[in-house]
Amino acid sequence: MAAVKRRTGLLFWCALGWITLVLLAAIVADVLPIPSPTDMDIFARRKGPSMAHLLGTDSLGRDVLARLIYGARISLSVGLLAPVIGLSIGGGLGLLAGYFRGRFETFVTGGVDVVLAFPPLILAMAVTAYLGQSIMNLTLVLGFLGIPAFTRVARAATLTFSAREFVTAARALGAGHARIILKELLPNVALPLGAFFLLGVAVTIVVEGALSFLGLGVPPPAPSWGVMIGEGRESLEMAPALAFLPAIVMFLTVLSFNLVGDTLRALTDPRQGAL
Amino acid sequence: MSLLEVENIIVDLPTPRGMLRAVDGVDLTLEAGKTLGVVGESGSGKTMLSRAILQLLPRKAKLSGAIRFDGQDMTRIPAETLRKLRAKSVAVVFQDPMTSLNPVLTIGTQLTETMREHLGVSQSEAISRGIALLAEVGIPSPEQRMGNYPHQLSGGMRQRVAIAIALSCAPKLLIADEPTTALDVTVQAQILDLLAREQRSRHMAMMLITHDLGVVAGRTDEVAVMYAGRVVERAPTRELFHHMRMPYTAALLAALPKLDAPPHTRLPAIGGRPPDPINPPPGCAFAPRCIYADPGCDNAKPPLSAPDARSHQFACIKPLPVAA
Amino acid sequence: MTALLDIQNIVVEFPVGNRVVQAVTRVSLAVQRGETLGLVGESGCGKSTLGRAVLQLYQPQSGAVLFDGQDLTKLAPPAMRKMRQRLQMIFQDPIASLNPRRRVGDIVAEPLIIAGVTDAAERTRRVRAVLTEVGLDPDITMARLPHEFSGGQCQRISIARALILEPELIVCDEPVSALDVSIRAQIVNLLEDMKDRYGLTLLFIAHDLAVVKAVSDRVAVMYLGRICEIAPTETLFRTPAHPYTRLLLDAIPMPDPDIRPVEGVAVGEPPSPIAPPSGCRFRTRCPRAADRCAVDMPELTALPGGQMVACHFPLQ
Repeated sequence: MAAVKRRTGLLFWCALGWITLVLLAAIVADVLPIPSPTDMDIFARRKGPSMAHLLGTDSLGRDVLARLIYGARISLSVGLLAPVIGLSIGGGLGLLAGYFRGRFETFVTGGVDVVLAFPPLILAMAVTAYLGQSIMNLTLVLGFLGIPAFTRVARAATLTFSAREFVTAARALGAGHARIILKELLPNVALPLGAFFLLGVAVTIVVEGALSFLGLGVPPPAPSWGVMIGEGRESLEMAPALAFLPAIVMFLTVLSFNLVGDTLRALTDPRQGAL
Repeated sequence: MSLLEVENIIVDLPTPRGMLRAVDGVDLTLEAGKTLGVVGESGSGKTMLSRAILQLLPRKAKLSGAIRFDGQDMTRIPAETLRKLRAKSVAVVFQDPMTSLNPVLTIGTQLTETMREHLGVSQSEAISRGIALLAEVGIPSPEQRMGNYPHQLSGGMRQRVAIAIALSCAPKLLIADEPTTALDVTVQAQILDLLAREQRSRHMAMMLITHDLGVVAGRTDEVAVMYAGRVVERAPTRELFHHMRMPYTAALLAALPKLDAPPHTRLPAIGGRPPDPINPPPGCAFAPRCIYADPGCDNAKPPLSAPDARSHQFACIKPLPVAA
Repeated sequence: MTALLDIQNIVVEFPVGNRVVQAVTRVSLAVQRGETLGLVGESGCGKSTLGRAVLQLYQPQSGAVLFDGQDLTKLAPPAMRKMRQRLQMIFQDPIASLNPRRRVGDIVAEPLIIAGVTDAAERTRRVRAVLTEVGLDPDITMARLPHEFSGGQCQRISIARALILEPELIVCDEPVSALDVSIRAQIVNLLEDMKDRYGLTLLFIAHDLAVVKAVSDRVAVMYLGRICEIAPTETLFRTPAHPYTRLLLDAIPMPDPDIRPVEGVAVGEPPSPIAPPSGCRFRTRCPRAADRCAVDMPELTALPGGQMVACHFPLQ
């Protein structure tokens, strides 16, 4: 444990603290003493911070702090759920492809290349056009787009560990495929995958923001950070805080996930783990 | 003045668990044209010692002591002078030629590059010297090999190339760090032959670092045995093998399977394992595994001294008796 | 006496790019019950592949592996899984052969779980017993991860895992090559003790002739996928018949300063197994090679005293 502490440092704990704060706020948003994020007040548009509105109001008179917190709910749930889809499907495919090799691997890597070649924006537009704009569809699209990266990470890690003698040892003992995958490979592949998952969260939050900004993401009036940046853009000269506040929150959150992910990856690096 | 004088070298490496003393006060001298074998098991500090001499320690390592090469203290000279010195006077051959050679450069480029930089010879001169060197280290059709990449050669051939590169600037000292450990036994014999031949014909000093007593026995003038970061016995090779005084050296030799013993002969194994280098025992590091140890051995580290014969040093307060 | 392990004319091939490399070419070997057969050769000679083919970790292209009279190459997967309890393996790299994320107690218990021992208390009892047997304290080892142990201790854990089902045959693939000299002797002695204690038969694969000599009753020498020579250990070391065996013996550095190493004993390196020489595979490096060696592949023939050699012009 002492070794873990020495390799993490203050920055890691700040990042973890910020993630915890944002997550907690998003979870308990309903009981927080904040106004509704969708209640408009036409007479209090683009107001500065006050006791009633701690971070002021937006161009429709909605409370910015409330929108940031409810926006965290949407941004984080999309940001966490979409990589879960990528992790479970991509991770599983990669693990199986790396272990069984052969024709299945060729099929999986071929499929991954096809998905990667497909323009993500077109896919998002097509889905919104045919299935309608909803948080659910957005999550599915982003999850689907994340599959190839998870497949690659899982497959590469599995290939490395499959070549190790402990896997041969398990085969020599007569362990079946399922037992080798679950008991020998999964615990080893899980660590790099877990670290990659956190990076996936960061990327998804950014992409969700970009899609919402373009109007392909979360349907209004629901707040997400991307939506808020998009709306703030219209009054950039009069009230720059409206675009910058959600941008800063998103920036800090993404940076935190990246930092935590990088640190965890370094911690699980077998070269350093050997010490 | 000796070619190489190493005085009270201490190397400390920071690790997550604390400071690791890899080399713990080593003194060594090596005369021009002589071969010194440094024998030790993994963790004995033999590799860190060679890295210290070459000034190639990891960045975080702390080094103290003096390393004089040709009268110059290597620890005090500026980086630029050191770089020149390293190439022209001290060369090194590592264990694994696959990692010591650059995989994306041809052998010819790697061979001529050093010569052009340090000897200031022209490209055509460097190429003809390179071809001659490859021929000298026993590489067939050297002209063609100049255009090959390391992966196109076998392990033994790669090590020959690494030796050719090391020899290219005519060093006064060659440090060979486990040069044959990664090789098969028949190839090992060839590489050791080659090193011995070059050492003799060039009148070059050589430090042969190995874990194998067999490698040093027939091919060195003097042997230093290392254990837990210290030199525990040092003597001319024949003297050392015939009159071992340090129980560790004797136990190490005894633990080797003998070719002339019948099958299923029980090996006199050394019990236990080397001490934790982060929390070393206060006394003799070998005492916990030594069958001759008594409580006095745990008091203080015995210094390396030569009480009987001037050239035979050992660090033991209960040495084996002098054999008749 | 029938052999416990009888390898008959086994061929193992691997695809390399779009070509096929024959790693093992028609090798036949028999290991008697209670015997240790040493298998030596340089890297790439196919000795490890042969060892793994015995355990069916590689499927041989042709030939048979008879274990206690049953051909392992023809066993259905469930029967083979049952058979694996009687055949075990110890690997070269003691650290890589243990899963870094599993506790030592679980690693050693794994064979029992696979063999269907469902009683957890029974498993724990047997794990503790076997760990004690190999010289480890179960109280301090069972709950730890492999990286907390030294190479020698990891090899003890590997041996415990191989022994827990009380197998009849253990294939030891370079079990001491990665260990330091002082630890190597401990593990060699442990293997010898365990062999007596459990009545084991060993196929001991190594490149170090001195280690092989210390443990083997008979020794087989391999070169580029073929067996050159098989003989009782003393005979092979005293009067090697194959020029390659002679070369291997001469190339060993002796820890004796009075034996001046003969320079120039060895020439060349083993050719690539992708394109082995015609006829005798050793002829490109052999001082005795003649025209016939390029044409005729020599087969193993018996010499007096149980020695077998595959050479047209054997020594002595």
